[in-house]
Amino acid sequence: MTQQVALFVTCLVDLMRPRIGFAAIRALEAAGCDVIVPQGQTCCGQPALNSGDHAHAAALAKQTIEALEPYAAIVVPSGSCAGTIRCHYPEIFEGDADWLPRAQAVAAKTYEVMAYLDEVLGWKPESISIDATATYHDSCSGLRELGIKAQPRRLLKAIDGLRLAPLAGEETCCGFGGTFCVKYPAISNAIVGEKADAIDATGADLLLAGDLGCLMNMAGKLHRDGSTVRAFHAIELIAGMGDGPAIGEEP
Amino acid sequence: MSGFDTRAAAALADPLLKTAVERTAGTAEAKRTLAVSAFPDFDAARTRAAAIKDHVIAHLGHYLEQFEANAIAAGAQVHWAATADEACRIVIDLCKASGAKTVARSKSMLGEEIGLPHALAEAGIGRIETDLAEHIIQLADERPSHIIWPAMHKTREQVSALFKAKHRTPHEEDSIAAMAESARRELRDRMLGADVGISGANFLIADSGAVCTVTNEGNAELSLVPPRVHIVTAGIEKIVPSMPHAVHMLRMLARSATGAALTQYTTFYTGPKRPSDPDGPEEMHIVLVDNGRTKMREEGLADMLRCIRCGACMNHCVVFRQIGGHAYGGTYPGPMGAVLTPALDGLAPNRDLVHACTLNGKCQEVCPVRIPLPTLLRGWREKSWREGLEPTSMRMGLGLWAWVARRPALYRLVTRLALRAMRLMGRRGWIETLPLAGGWTRHRAMPRPAASSFMAQYRKERRP
Repeated sequence: MTQQVALFVTCLVDLMRPRIGFAAIRALEAAGCDVIVPQGQTCCGQPALNSGDHAHAAALAKQTIEALEPYAAIVVPSGSCAGTIRCHYPEIFEGDADWLPRAQAVAAKTYEVMAYLDEVLGWKPESISIDATATYHDSCSGLRELGIKAQPRRLLKAIDGLRLAPLAGEETCCGFGGTFCVKYPAISNAIVGEKADAIDATGADLLLAGDLGCLMNMAGKLHRDGSTVRAFHAIELIAGMGDGPAIGEEP
Repeated sequence: MSGFDTRAAAALADPLLKTAVERTAGTAEAKRTLAVSAFPDFDAARTRAAAIKDHVIAHLGHYLEQFEANAIAAGAQVHWAATADEACRIVIDLCKASGAKTVARSKSMLGEEIGLPHALAEAGIGRIETDLAEHIIQLADERPSHIIWPAMHKTREQVSALFKAKHRTPHEEDSIAAMAESARRELRDRMLGADVGISGANFLIADSGAVCTVTNEGNAELSLVPPRVHIVTAGIEKIVPSMPHAVHMLRMLARSATGAALTQYTTFYTGPKRPSDPDGPEEMHIVLVDNGRTKMREEGLADMLRCIRCGACMNHCVVFRQIGGHAYGGTYPGPMGAVLTPALDGLAPNRDLVHACTLNGKCQEVCPVRIPLPTLLRGWREKSWREGLEPTSMRMGLGLWAWVARRPALYRLVTRLALRAMRLMGRRGWIETLPLAGGWTRHRAMPRPAASSFMAQYRKERRP
């Protein structure tokens, strides 16, 4: 029996790097899922939520809940967006008798894509190979809100020829922080500068992570610093799309 | 630029500050990790510590009354201060009543919070800071930059130069031991000659009326036992029900702060000198300070009253590690300071503090009493938004984004046009400068977006 799952693409993947969404679909289909992309989705509301704009966060959360609630499972290629839905939607509607149960129901069936593939489906990539050394950064929301740590590494270990080099401070924030990086650019720059140095010091060819925001921050800094490390969302490699253009490369 | 931005920029431009912060916080982080891994089930111990504090905060009146009764029974006098000013007035009056010319002070963040050093100076009472780092701060005429290492922002080289400039008989050889000796020569006789000893409290123990302090230098003991009068200033949230609870909290405090199993000196002061005691003060006064704590409990910040001032949150904070403590501008820096300072000094002048955080959650992960610091910061951000303190550009920008994002068809159209415009600004995959996003492109490149969005590509490819 095929498992039907809805893909919540996230606004950043939708606009900045669509191939992460296609990679998620490819991996989920390889794992036997029937993937649906609900058309009513845009942004989960995380920028409003983290800025203190409760009214807009609630409005976008309602739209997202309405778009996603018909489906048995919702899969998201981002730890922070999945974390917003899983952990924060129920907080947004605390005390709201109509919306709280709907928020809780959607929260309970929302998964970060790599956690879903590994933990729920018990799937591993098969006959995928790449000759490269990669280092992995644990994006904070996925790590601390959803406990995503071992799942991407288990999936990546199943890729033939891929070597994983440990990143010093792999659990240390990269300094992205959503609007933080543009509100406090100098502080953010100091943080991502250290992160870029740590990434370079691994000697890896590839930087992998599970959140496009963090990846754009680190890749943008690495590029500015003249580094040759190439950045991908981990799901791109897991789906066998690691031979395509990295972030900031054009085909 | 806001005051915070200015202070943060100055901090980022100071390479010595970075070195100093990294030496201390980096060591603390590594030692804490070891201490926690050696502790059987530290997470369960954190849960217990949080439960102890939650229980006390929920029944604060009961435990404070119990503490007061037992402290009085042990011979101490208990004073209540609703505000910082009232607390300072009580302390100054007590000093004057005892005819004090100089006081020896053992490091206390509450003393900093209520402005006691300033109040003592205004009253013309001499002050000897006896904690080594506070001594450094006093010599440099600065304010603490960290709650357990007040002089964290200084390198040992800077401290050496300061001692040589200010000490009566400074060290000659530039070693840590020689510098410590120099401070000892400077401080010891003056400590012993002080009229009043003033301390804070790490814990107040309700069922005995005891006050607990922890130090690594023994300076509290030497500055509190010889003088005729001992004055304690303590926040009302410092209370624990009994000694076993205090011991549990001590185990959490030392490991979280420095990675040590216990501080060098842990002392319990129960009342003044008894007839049978060989030494001790003739009078012991305990000033219990509210200064906004009751209001915090009522206004959604009860979780923050669990704080035991260990400093783990700031030691592990990526922002603190870059800018140090002074940039925060309040008594308390780092994540706990970003939550406390708006409560103590007002949100409007401190709105930057609640935003200058990536919400990465590391502080909550290391907090020994499980304070949900990111959640509390989000709460402040909501209040700031509700009260109209956020800049118009931010309100309009987010409002416009949300308005468009709630209309998916319009959103697809608007974002298609925006992506086209963005693509025109980049070449070979990267955009080096982007209007309205200078904060991003000043320091890093922006990847050039794909020619069309996921949704557009998906509809084209998958439409049956």
